[in-house]
Amino acid sequence: MSQTSVLYDAPGPRAVRRARIGTALAILAFLGLAVLVVLRLADRGQFDAELWNPWINPSDDTFSQVWELVGKGLAATLIAASLAIVLSLVVGVLLGVARMMLGRGLRVPVVAWIELFRGLPVVVTIVFVWRAMVEIGIDVGPLPGEPALWYLVIGLTLYNSVIIAEILRAGVGSLPSGQREAALAVGLTNGQAMRSILLPQAFRVMLPALISQLVVVLKDTSLVAVIGLGYLELLRRGNQISQNLDNPIQSLLIVGTIFILINYGLSKLAEYVERRMGRASVSSAGADDQVPAGQGA
Amino acid sequence: MDPVLDNLDLYWDGFLRSLSIIGWSLVGSLLLGTLIAAFRVSPVASLRAFGSAWVTVVRNCPLTIVLFFMAFGLPELGINTSFYVFGVGGLIIYTSAFVCEAIRSGINSVSAGQAEAARAIGLPFTQTLTQVVLPQALRATVPPLGSVQIAMFKNSAVVGAFGVGGDLWSAGRNLTSAQGYAYIPVLTGVAIGYLVITLTGGALLAVIERKVAIAR
Repeated sequence: MSQTSVLYDAPGPRAVRRARIGTALAILAFLGLAVLVVLRLADRGQFDAELWNPWINPSDDTFSQVWELVGKGLAATLIAASLAIVLSLVVGVLLGVARMMLGRGLRVPVVAWIELFRGLPVVVTIVFVWRAMVEIGIDVGPLPGEPALWYLVIGLTLYNSVIIAEILRAGVGSLPSGQREAALAVGLTNGQAMRSILLPQAFRVMLPALISQLVVVLKDTSLVAVIGLGYLELLRRGNQISQNLDNPIQSLLIVGTIFILINYGLSKLAEYVERRMGRASVSSAGADDQVPAGQGA
Repeated sequence: MDPVLDNLDLYWDGFLRSLSIIGWSLVGSLLLGTLIAAFRVSPVASLRAFGSAWVTVVRNCPLTIVLFFMAFGLPELGINTSFYVFGVGGLIIYTSAFVCEAIRSGINSVSAGQAEAARAIGLPFTQTLTQVVLPQALRATVPPLGSVQIAMFKNSAVVGAFGVGGDLWSAGRNLTSAQGYAYIPVLTGVAIGYLVITLTGGALLAVIERKVAIAR
């Protein structure tokens, strides 16, 4: 408990006793609260078998159907998220390198682009991409998959690529300046120094931040459910099911749990990678103006 | 840009409404987040467990699901109120987890030697806390807390899209679907509204950061 040791002395016998009493009281309070909630749920019939059976009882007629829909939704969410993160990585690296390598004047449009999409809510970006592409008549038909998928992926990419560009810039910035100086001293050009000395090291440093960004992308795919874009990802599938079965609490609980489990796994993976590399990652090395890992929507 | 210029009053009302969502969420998430952070560093084990469970669950759950829970789950429990309250409540709950982590990282950034030195020169607990630890912790908290709140400004658009009514987002929706204006100019107006909010927020944060920065 390193954080408590800053605030408190090592507890003596009396403090230990007080902490135990406090723990017991707090547990009682939480239990009381939980009982209240459960009673209320039971009172409103939320534990009725007909609300839960489609989810948990394999012999229910709708059980297999419901889980098949969830599977489809999960697949759709994962497809959109992976496309978005891969595209964001490619575009983001290009943007980040452009911002670092271009001269003062040439850099202006890149910086403006980055600041623009970093300041826009991603949900606005997605709707804008969707409506503008339809209005102008840009056809995404030739791309595999449905158009709605690409509106979502392009919207997510516009936002996340500029975040990745900033993560990359912070990663390069966190390297000792001797790295670049040594590269130039042995006769590499600026471009060669970036490509073979700085970027490989920056990628290592930014790996945890990248994994955290994947959590953001995954969460943001669910935005289609509030803007009415017709891409049936996990949350929309869940809503479909809950409208048919009239069990929003149960359905949201299942869908929410799936999201939380995946994202929790990814966060743990990011922590593990960060620990294994045994050095400060971008998130703790001065990139304090970026969105903290995992927020987004 | 006619659709925007002809309906500036609608945009202005929406802008103010969005600011009110942001204002309430700012205050609410700071209060709730500080409370959860206090839980997470308290000597009481069960409060600590509750705090970390809260952060783990809320942080890994999409804001949209939190909002759906508020708006469709709570009425099932007989709790009925306006979408505005549901929306702001959801945003407060969601942001509180990130506020908590920002504050906790601030407290952790104070090195243990500071408190030990304070105790060594004989300061009692309250003075150690108020004179030595907290002033440093609060300053270290400002940058991450600021980014969390600016992300919240942007998330207020999700609350708007969810259907709070009367905010920037619904101004856009009203103009396009009800009055049939083209999407591109209308959405550009909405985007500018949000950019004004986030860029101003960012500039303000930079000023505050410069004021409280510690030379370490």
